[in-house]
Amino acid sequence: MQELRIHGRGGQGSVTAAELIAVAAFEGGKYAQAFPAFGVERRGAPVQAFVRFSDRPIRVRSQVYEPDFVIVQDPSLIRDVDVFKGMGSGGIAIVNTEKEADYPVPGGVRLLTLDATTIALETLGLPITNTALMGAFAAATGLISFEALADALRHRFSGALADKNIETARRAYDEMKARAGAS
Amino acid sequence: MALEIMEGSIAIAQAVRRCRPQVVAAYPITPQTHIVEALAEIVANGELSADYITVESEFSALSACEGAVAAGSRAYSATTSQGLALMFEVCFNMAGMRLPLVMTIANRAMGAPLSIWNDQQDSIALRDAGWLQLYAEDNQEAVDLHYIGYRVAEDHRVLLPVMVCFDGFVLSHTYEPVDMLTQEEVDAYLPPFVPKFMLDAKNPVSMGMYATPDYYPEFRYETDLAQKRALEVIREAGREFGEQFGRDYSALVESYRMDDAETAIIAMGSICGTTKEAVDEMRDAGKRVGLVRLRTFRPFPTEDLREALSGVSRVAVLDRNVSLGAGGTVHRGAVVLEVKDALYGEPIPVLDYVIGLGGRDVRIEDIKRVVELCEAGDGDRFYGLRTEVL
Repeated sequence: MQELRIHGRGGQGSVTAAELIAVAAFEGGKYAQAFPAFGVERRGAPVQAFVRFSDRPIRVRSQVYEPDFVIVQDPSLIRDVDVFKGMGSGGIAIVNTEKEADYPVPGGVRLLTLDATTIALETLGLPITNTALMGAFAAATGLISFEALADALRHRFSGALADKNIETARRAYDEMKARAGAS
Repeated sequence: MALEIMEGSIAIAQAVRRCRPQVVAAYPITPQTHIVEALAEIVANGELSADYITVESEFSALSACEGAVAAGSRAYSATTSQGLALMFEVCFNMAGMRLPLVMTIANRAMGAPLSIWNDQQDSIALRDAGWLQLYAEDNQEAVDLHYIGYRVAEDHRVLLPVMVCFDGFVLSHTYEPVDMLTQEEVDAYLPPFVPKFMLDAKNPVSMGMYATPDYYPEFRYETDLAQKRALEVIREAGREFGEQFGRDYSALVESYRMDDAETAIIAMGSICGTTKEAVDEMRDAGKRVGLVRLRTFRPFPTEDLREALSGVSRVAVLDRNVSLGAGGTVHRGAVVLEVKDALYGEPIPVLDYVIGLGGRDVRIEDIKRVVELCEAGDGDRFYGLRTEVL
């Protein structure tokens, strides 16, 4: 079983990201489980969402404490929350930031950054980064295919909005593929 | 079987649609909201021919259902926590009038202090209202218990309302694979509601009338007898469900790895999934431990539980509620009281662990720790409290 933890702020779409990643994984033939951990339900408050992936039905219901993968939607969270907590060797952390990342991560964790905000602003016209980070997750981990992710996005959004989200995910996917392959 | 992945609440709404209720009345409250939002949309889209009655409170929601069932309709509602508390009076009335209903409870803690998170205090507080209470471990079971729930509630041997309890957020907001029966399959399992008595201007009857001391106890006795009969009706309905669709729900208690078990853990709801993983790990480490999961809390499957526990040396009960003031100087939830009643006279220690209240997370390690405590005879306590209160 592999586990993903997404850190974001209320309103950034962390829960939607977890759900759509689970949908894409399920369509790819895996058992998947996605669920949120709400703190206070309001915009801007730290939110976590989790996804589990397995070849067998998933029974465990606790939150994720030792994630294989972490997505950080908002780098300002890193000051307040230990977003890399519980990660171990072989883990992959994807952080949305425009800067060069020099965050201290646990030993053996691969830190990948992406300027998801700029991609989202250019494609969606809004700083909603979840779709870009889903694309980055697909590229960095290979756990879900881009096609399955695009299907999940098409199912969730309709018309022009679906197209824009798929374009956002595609740009992030391509950028992360280049980066993850190079480093 | 064709698995689809979806949110628990949406799966419940889709299952309810397939049960063809003629009246839906509910008031939105976290974490039940997604169920009733989805149903409102289903009705508005014409996918379900039902009257969706928007109301100003949970009291009205259940009152509308009460009237609908009294008039001969199949009805549905859903709620949680403070919403269920507001239905308290109507809950007793519906059971007393023998009006069958299925209501989903997205289990949540009771305020104060305010908590939107999961435990089972809300439905447990309605223990004596006369409703059947079924508890689901995962979303597949939560979905299927709605079909079974209507079958049992409307059976003329029972005629009582049913709460299908599934853990708020932990199940209601979780995306996971479920197998949704087709409308044809549900129609083949669940016949239309045939009321035994109904409000009909041509054949007038009174319901919920005054009962003097000369008659009142007999009504309570008859209602309790219906609960007893429900034990067998649930087994029957669960067995038939298994015969038709391959998932057998005839057992009122599920025994997991109980062969030769010395320590039995007893629990209800989604915590049982995590507990099964913990049991597997403890078994791998050579510990003889198993889980007995209660699917029904009302009626309480006393005899089934006795049988499931025969041969064990000790019992650890996980109570996701607390019966404040119970147990003299020790701490106890409502489930352990039933377990002790079932095992009365047996020389088996039964220890209680009040755990996971108000959404406090329960991990595999916690279940293992509970078993260690039980082996050491340390129980009848809250588990995992912050140290500053100790």
